[in-house]
Amino acid sequence: MKHYVLQRFLSLVPVLLGITFLSFALMRLAGSDAITEMYSGVGAAVSQETLDAARAKLGLDRPFLVQYFSWLGNMITGDMGKSFVSGKDVLDTFLSKLPATLLLAATSILLTVAVSIPLGVISAVAHQKAQTARNASARSACSLLDAVVRLASFIGNSMPNFFVALLLMHFLAIRLGWLPVIASGVTLTGAVMPTLTLTIAMSAKYLRQVRAAVLDELSKDYVTGAKARGVADGVILMKSVLRSSLLTIVTLLALSVGSLLGGTAIVETIFMWDGVGKLAVDAIMMRDYPLIQAYVVWMAIIYVGVNLAADLLYLVLDPRVRLEVERNADV
Amino acid sequence: MPTSEPTIREAVIRGSSGKTRLYVFGAMAALLIVVAIFAESLCPCDPYLQNLDAALQQPSAAHIFGTDRYGRDMLSRVVAGSRVSIFSTFLLVAIITTLGTAIGVFCGWARGRADHLLMRVSDLCLAFPGLVFALAVAGVLGGGLHNAILALAAVSWPKYARIARSQTLAVRETTYLKAARLAGCSTSRLILKHILPNIAGPILVTAMLDVGTMMMELAGLSFLGLGAKPPTPEWGSMMSETRGLLQTVPWAVFAPGTAIFAAVMVFNLLGDAVRDWMDPKMRVKS
Repeated sequence: MKHYVLQRFLSLVPVLLGITFLSFALMRLAGSDAITEMYSGVGAAVSQETLDAARAKLGLDRPFLVQYFSWLGNMITGDMGKSFVSGKDVLDTFLSKLPATLLLAATSILLTVAVSIPLGVISAVAHQKAQTARNASARSACSLLDAVVRLASFIGNSMPNFFVALLLMHFLAIRLGWLPVIASGVTLTGAVMPTLTLTIAMSAKYLRQVRAAVLDELSKDYVTGAKARGVADGVILMKSVLRSSLLTIVTLLALSVGSLLGGTAIVETIFMWDGVGKLAVDAIMMRDYPLIQAYVVWMAIIYVGVNLAADLLYLVLDPRVRLEVERNADV
Repeated sequence: MPTSEPTIREAVIRGSSGKTRLYVFGAMAALLIVVAIFAESLCPCDPYLQNLDAALQQPSAAHIFGTDRYGRDMLSRVVAGSRVSIFSTFLLVAIITTLGTAIGVFCGWARGRADHLLMRVSDLCLAFPGLVFALAVAGVLGGGLHNAILALAAVSWPKYARIARSQTLAVRETTYLKAARLAGCSTSRLILKHILPNIAGPILVTAMLDVGTMMMELAGLSFLGLGAKPPTPEWGSMMSETRGLLQTVPWAVFAPGTAIFAAVMVFNLLGDAVRDWMDPKMRVKS
């Protein structure tokens, strides 16, 4: 087992290197750099000598590979350089934005789970009951319930999240005045609207997947077998079906935890939520390489971490995966 | 009797309603496309014409969706915006479908090291949150609608490469392909005449289902200022332009927002209908 974990971990190192190298190359291939951007804001013409001197100061005149390796070396020791724009330490800036993103990720994942799993299961069960229930009124009630849940999910899926965000802002903050339009700092009340926006978008997506996974499981022979032996529907659902559908759900959640930790650029920007997504958008607009690179490294770490965590969770959740790993270890 | 198999009568009803859905949503999508083509002649006012006397008006008979801060008619801008929003989405989907299919067929056909490398790259693209990566690419390339399309294309092709590759791998083992090869078909003929027609179905369905998503992502990039630039009427950039008016003339924000929502909804419904029509087995699950 330890061997497996270690192996998984090591296989992710090349991925980390690959991502950092690609991002570094991409930034350097771009026509414009921070110096050009910085001086284009001055308005007056700047001499080539001034530009070259400024580039030399930031080390932008050295060969590409030298820049990459010196950056990688520094990064491993925790020195990610200084922001080209603000001059502040990159790591400090980045870490100061992290709590906001973490809070938002946690609240929206929790709410999404609380909304999409029950609704998905209800919709799947209703769909099945609509076909099998004995009396006609129960059948039509069930199919109506399923249709309503599916319609809600469909609408949620077709709404761009910036539109959802602005609608929430209009109704909850401006019309009803329940919440401040713009959060003053990272507070729970400030997190309500961004959380709702993200939850609406994610729940709409997951509801469908949970529903499909549960329906798939419900149609299996063991469910019919359990029913024939007189096991109560609720017990089958809770003990067998949900457990088996958990794999799909965990995979989905792992993916969205990844993208949430990366900060949700649009939502954070709209609500002025001071997280890493907004930081990344601002850095991209200003071509602030050190910050963009810190962001990409963070994304790479999340990618690697989330994949590893999902693999390990499978081990815990699914005896089939566990058996396979143990069998492979014996060989 | 509890059974998940539909009776013949049910299947016939569903089959016909599937066809009906296809026609209804197909017609709605066609209507949107017609509006987009003739956008200029359909606009009640000039979408670029500024009239500061009529700025920030609430919806009225003269301006159904009101006006923005420059007094431009929002309805005209939304109609004119349909051209940019819809056609750039089509262009994007066409690019990723072609590119992804080409790479996928190549990988499935050639296999070996190139396949391995390309699939690892596609893994990376699939794992990264699309919009964030596209944001970085768009940031590097600079703003503008073309660059936004390129950025989204750069991160969205792997899905198609995956499908094309697995389909190609399956088709190349079939008897008819072996027969064609024994009959002396050249590689290009095998791919163009025998593989592509047989793998086209699932790829086209994926493309149809992707139109809505891509429309939202493109609008998202424009909203952040990395896509279409003002004063070009494009739904995403219009919303970012009028965002500050939410408190005074909310319709200036809702009009383009509703337009995106409606267009995405129509294309999603059409995508679902096309998928059900091509593969009735999927109908129950979705």
